[in-house]
Amino acid sequence: MIVGRAWKYGDNVNTDVIFPGRYTYARMEPEEMAKHALEDLDPSFAREVKPGDVIVAGRNFGCGSSREQAATCLAAAGVGAVVAKGFARIFFRNAINSGLLVLEIPDAVDAIQSGDRVEIDTENGVLIHEGKRHPFPPLPDGVREILAAGGLIPYLRDRLAKEG
Amino acid sequence: MGKTFAEKILAQKAGLAAVEPGQIVTVKPDLGMSHDNTAAIAKLFAKIGRKRVREPEKLVVILDHVVPAASVDYAQNHREIREFVREQGIRFYDVGRGVCHQVVVEEGLVGPGDLALGADSHTPTYGAVGAFSAGIGRSEMAAVWATGELWLKVPTTLRIELDGALPELVTPKDVILHVIGRLGADGALYRSVEFAGPLAGRMTVSDRMVIANMAAEMGAKNAFFAPDETTLSYLSARTDRTFAPVFPDPDAHYEGTVRFEVGELEPQVACPPDVDHVVPISEIAGKRVDQVVVGTCTNGRIEDLRLAAEVMAGRPVADGVRMLIVPASREVWLRAAEEGLLALFAEAGALVLNPGCGPCLGAHEGVLAAGEVCLATSNRNFRGRMGSPDAELYLGSPAVAAAAAATGKITDPRQLI
Repeated sequence: MIVGRAWKYGDNVNTDVIFPGRYTYARMEPEEMAKHALEDLDPSFAREVKPGDVIVAGRNFGCGSSREQAATCLAAAGVGAVVAKGFARIFFRNAINSGLLVLEIPDAVDAIQSGDRVEIDTENGVLIHEGKRHPFPPLPDGVREILAAGGLIPYLRDRLAKEG
Repeated sequence: MGKTFAEKILAQKAGLAAVEPGQIVTVKPDLGMSHDNTAAIAKLFAKIGRKRVREPEKLVVILDHVVPAASVDYAQNHREIREFVREQGIRFYDVGRGVCHQVVVEEGLVGPGDLALGADSHTPTYGAVGAFSAGIGRSEMAAVWATGELWLKVPTTLRIELDGALPELVTPKDVILHVIGRLGADGALYRSVEFAGPLAGRMTVSDRMVIANMAAEMGAKNAFFAPDETTLSYLSARTDRTFAPVFPDPDAHYEGTVRFEVGELEPQVACPPDVDHVVPISEIAGKRVDQVVVGTCTNGRIEDLRLAAEVMAGRPVADGVRMLIVPASREVWLRAAEEGLLALFAEAGALVLNPGCGPCLGAHEGVLAAGEVCLATSNRNFRGRMGSPDAELYLGSPAVAAAAAATGKITDPRQLI
């Protein structure tokens, strides 16, 4: 169960504003990346985000660069999930591979405002906001396994270790 | 029912008879490309628990993003990459060879019927030579190194037909900006995009690269131009490899077909902060610029430099304007030098930089201060993309860039000729 406060943004939130290019090729650990999360969109985010908080956004979240730090920095900042009307494809993959839950629930996006309390029950596939239940389809098994392992790298480490 | 290019090539690379859109398939890529992010990928790779990459002969590493190193930290990053590729026996191009996508195509590392994955969002560029190529993340590239394979979802396909004769000084960049403006930044999200029609057939490889490169800006997974004589003659000068082209079936099922007639098209400009904020140049003409950039994987080829020089036509760079010329590769740089173009730009007051990504990603070589305005031939104008989040970045063709440099404001290049 994920419980947190909503941070709401608009359409086409791109990877440059999530994690600026001036840091992209600097060597940096995830904890440091978290300090720059959403820096060029909302400088208050990295200072005030709490573990379990949920980013709520419109269409095409994460468009632009393939930089995986755009997902890593949000996961390291403790973001519980990103709920959007849609995701850019590389960001969507990077998020799952970083162990960051990403959900397309358009009607919930319309209802939720910044600061609202949001609960997400991944077991039962439902987001709860102000008493209203917004169901979402179950995650595919492959995605669920990668998320459960904490991302693609730990997932592969375990799988390859078993295969020997 | 016939199959699209994406459906046919993904079936082939997954070892299946046929696949459907939406199906998840595990493919074995022919090429895995990474750049300055290689050291970060190597760290992820080490965490998987493998010591050696599985198929080094299928990988290439090209340093281009912050070259030459702009700080000790970047230098250390490059050093770690050089050590890694040496240990692993991976094909490597050091600083100065050029922008990764330009180098991959120039070196003939991909061609018709190949499947390439790159840890960079502009990897769809190789569709210009008939390959299936898509961008992936760092963890995924580490997975390719470790296992030689990766899962992909079979996309639906959008067909874009290009027709009409381009007016003078209206270029493939204007075409793709117009298409993106019309379809939107997520207009091709998750989709394979096949570019077809008489104009696509007449385009050079360089023209097709401009368009395939920017398909990423409407969310496309890959872009495709059917390989033809133009493709094969380009590649035959660069590689001895033989290719097994894959073509869509004539009765393939497309999610949609959109036709663009370009005979009346004006030069186009994408206004900040989104690539789909596209207007005809007449609507934005007169906007003051502080910096102009000609280059990048989108528009840094010899054809682009020739066009910019033609529009400058001996005029100096306007007072107060900085013009940066960034050839996309050493090959382009040398050719431009032979043709006298670099000297011509320098004499006009421009600054000719080394091959590489230059200021496009906002890390070095001409980043913008707050309040500054830049017109670039690159592919992204996001907030903060080229430096300060309070700078403004406009995108246009090399002709539009040259006209801006010569006049100090966004100007229709046709007024200068």
